[in-house]
Amino acid sequence: MSVPVTATEPASAGAQSVVLNDFSIQIATVNGSGSQTANLVLLRSLFQMGIPVSGKNLFPSNIAGLPTWFTIRASHRGYVARKKEIDFLVAMNAETAKDDVMSLEPGRAVVYDAPLKLDELRSDLIFYPVPFDKIVAEVCPDAKLRRLVKNMIYDGILAELLSIELAEMEKALSKQLGRKPKAMALNMGALEGGKKYAAEHLTKRDPYKVGRLDKTTGQILVEGNAAAAMGCMFAGVTVVGWYPITPSSSLPETLIGYMRKYRMDKDGKATFAIVQAEDEIAALGMVVGASWAGARSMTSTSGPGISLMSEFSGLAYYAEVPAVVFDIQRVGPSTGLPTRTAQADLLFVAHNSHGDTKQVMLLPASVEECYQMSMDAFDLAERLQTIIYVMSDLDLGMNTWMSQPFKYPEKPLDRGKVLDEAKVRELGASWGRYKDVDGDGIPWRSVPGTNTPAFFTRGSGHNEMAQYTERPDDYVKNLNRLNRKFETAKSIIPQPIVDRDPAAKVGIIAFGSSDFAVGESRDQLREEAGIKTSYLRIRAYPFTANVDEFIRQHDRIYVVEQNRDAQMLKLLLIDGEARHAVKLRSVLHYNGLPIDARSITDGILEQEKDQR
Amino acid sequence: MSDAPAPAKRTNRINLEITQYRGSKTTLCAGCGHNAITERIIDAFFEMGVDPKRVLKLSGIGCSSKSPAYFLNPSHGFNSVHGRMPSVATGAILANKNMLAIGVSGDGDTGAIGIGQFVHLMRRNLPLIYIIEDNGCYGLTKGQFSPTADLGSKAKNGVVNDLPPIDTCALAIELGASLVARSFSGDKKQLSAVLKAAIAHRGTSMIDVISPCVTFNDHEGSTKSYSYVKDHDEPLGEISFVPYFEDISVEYEAGSTTQVKMHDGSHLFLRKLAEDYNPSDKITAMRMLHETNRRGEFATGIIYIEPDKDDFVGSLNLVDEPLAFLPTERTRPGKAVLDEIMESLR
Repeated sequence: MSVPVTATEPASAGAQSVVLNDFSIQIATVNGSGSQTANLVLLRSLFQMGIPVSGKNLFPSNIAGLPTWFTIRASHRGYVARKKEIDFLVAMNAETAKDDVMSLEPGRAVVYDAPLKLDELRSDLIFYPVPFDKIVAEVCPDAKLRRLVKNMIYDGILAELLSIELAEMEKALSKQLGRKPKAMALNMGALEGGKKYAAEHLTKRDPYKVGRLDKTTGQILVEGNAAAAMGCMFAGVTVVGWYPITPSSSLPETLIGYMRKYRMDKDGKATFAIVQAEDEIAALGMVVGASWAGARSMTSTSGPGISLMSEFSGLAYYAEVPAVVFDIQRVGPSTGLPTRTAQADLLFVAHNSHGDTKQVMLLPASVEECYQMSMDAFDLAERLQTIIYVMSDLDLGMNTWMSQPFKYPEKPLDRGKVLDEAKVRELGASWGRYKDVDGDGIPWRSVPGTNTPAFFTRGSGHNEMAQYTERPDDYVKNLNRLNRKFETAKSIIPQPIVDRDPAAKVGIIAFGSSDFAVGESRDQLREEAGIKTSYLRIRAYPFTANVDEFIRQHDRIYVVEQNRDAQMLKLLLIDGEARHAVKLRSVLHYNGLPIDARSITDGILEQEKDQR
Repeated sequence: MSDAPAPAKRTNRINLEITQYRGSKTTLCAGCGHNAITERIIDAFFEMGVDPKRVLKLSGIGCSSKSPAYFLNPSHGFNSVHGRMPSVATGAILANKNMLAIGVSGDGDTGAIGIGQFVHLMRRNLPLIYIIEDNGCYGLTKGQFSPTADLGSKAKNGVVNDLPPIDTCALAIELGASLVARSFSGDKKQLSAVLKAAIAHRGTSMIDVISPCVTFNDHEGSTKSYSYVKDHDEPLGEISFVPYFEDISVEYEAGSTTQVKMHDGSHLFLRKLAEDYNPSDKITAMRMLHETNRRGEFATGIIYIEPDKDDFVGSLNLVDEPLAFLPTERTRPGKAVLDEIMESLR
């Protein structure tokens, strides 16, 4: 069994200590230069060697020409959150190279395009100059193709410097280009050319190294949006309305791919309709119409789209029409930084619309939950007859994550309280579309095209029998029933995950994509500062009773979230026990980059100072 | 069998009485053109023998959009969001393509807040009867001009409209609707025939019905008042609709009548009046709209029809059954599919 050796401090230039399977690589390129293949090969080859990895694409809002960075983290401890410090820089972009180099901590390594002369900038880094143009000319005689394979050379360089097995790189490459023998051969030539150059011309002076582990066996690599798309397909979605927006588009686009492959009937006809709408208003309008007519229907968008959907969001709440809406969150506003991540739509979505409106939100924290909660969302939407918002984000949705393979759903679909002929006989003339016959606030609905009574759907101006009314008592009665329904939601939505240390005075509350960084931060707090923590991860809104209980059990609660305004903390203050307010503190991360453990640890330690 | 049978209640070909096609009592103003349109809708669905349980009624917001509550009570109805009925209708029809959908909108609901969705609805040629109850003003908010108000038309408060109108028929033809008509709420015969043709048609039937607002837009100086409309209505011809379940008993003069075979086998006979008008030609239709407009008149009747045009649902290659009612076996792929996807991600 291999035992990883980890130096806690990176070695200075020339030192012989080794940092094994615990570092981050950042590849700085130009958007549109075709680096994605090289980056994924690098990521995948580490994964295939059994080393836990994560890959994050930090990209600009641009088609080609602006700087882009791909960050890979390898961690024998299984940490997959972004690492704040970059250990190994591959500087391919002249425009950002200087800034990239200047931002490194001392002792870190830099592979760079030799003409950039980056070694002149600092003396406390380990530099590896590589004449990329010269190597590419040797491995690729056709000048027109050189641009496409140039990036593969740095994979070869890294294979040599970091001891990544070339056979695994070849396997990873073949996964992407296996069906194109010519491209495969060209790229392999570049890989080998890079490795050969490094072996002959570069002397290993940095401490970073990889060694085979067995920590990824059986696992998959997938993006959250693809996972959610799978969930939608296995949830039996039939109607999708969507409008392109980063970082959401890859969800419906991946879904289209899956559905065309796996949801065509034997006679070649589609069991689904996916429509690219004219805007997000129409996208949700289509979903509301389809759900009203009995279909399982969803849309996917991001913050600006949610804004446009607000009016329909309220209508669906009041008219009690099921719908599933994915919000792949990004920083605001429309002309903000559309390719940067955030968890900043919470407060907005929780009350999304005018009037008294409360929306149910699911908060997936992993690709596995993106898959599972997509299926849950459809069941909950039809059970509760309301919109279910699935609050993912750019980091979760568009980046590549390891996961155990997803489980095939065992539960049958829950289509909710839909009248059939038997139920019509049972309820008889007493059926009213908005009548709470079961005491859970959820009425029975009838679907057009079935042999059940029809009704006229409107917003809130209706009585229990769905007749038009403006009577004050009818309005109050209806609003109170909607509140009862919201209470019912608490018992059927995903419950929080609690990891309680009975000795801990400090509790952490987080949600969504912050989870991986929180787990790592808890280790740092314990190992570096001797602080024990409990952790509650909220998985849905409305909050369940054990959230208050968790707060009660601890002296201080740190609510970790990726927004400026402490939106989750504010929701807790709105909905939770008021006396808890003094216990709640914030750790906020909102620079557009995915949250990292070090920022959380520093944020908590800073506030814990008061306790000493 | 008695020699003198008691007068039976009138039923249609599916043995339903007209009461099955009525709705709740109207809350619109007495004399509102919209109520006349409601009556024509009731008659058309009754006479065509459409099962109300097979009908979806949809609307946006406004006086016009209230009217689906006043016809076809046994049908499901959805009074949705201002200007956004087309998207709701699109979703509903995709969920259940076997339903016959009728959407009622107004000139503000369509021409102002809803122009975006209107444009894309026409472009998709979704199977939907889309009626604009067009009075050139906003009723519920007390008489403001809408985008179909004519240039120079005077509001009740004396304000003169200084913008040209949007011609929804011209837009619909340009964008791809496959049946485009204009009518007048007061023309019982023509509107009935147009509505029946719309029921027989597969694709978007866009019907702009001039429907005077008796409260805010029926005065001197308005171009949407009853008297103005009566004086400037220029019917393109006489429309006779013969449903597929009736024999064609009338003989029409060759040359003076255009015959159109509809999607469901019904026939339209369009007897030309003054001009030689071919409603299957887009360019002719557009020229006619512009020419009548230049004369300060408006043409009514079937302005454009393309009975065999592909509709949006057809283009999606859907299974025969409504998507809404597909059983889980057909909407949740088996475990082997998940295994295959997982394997591809290893």
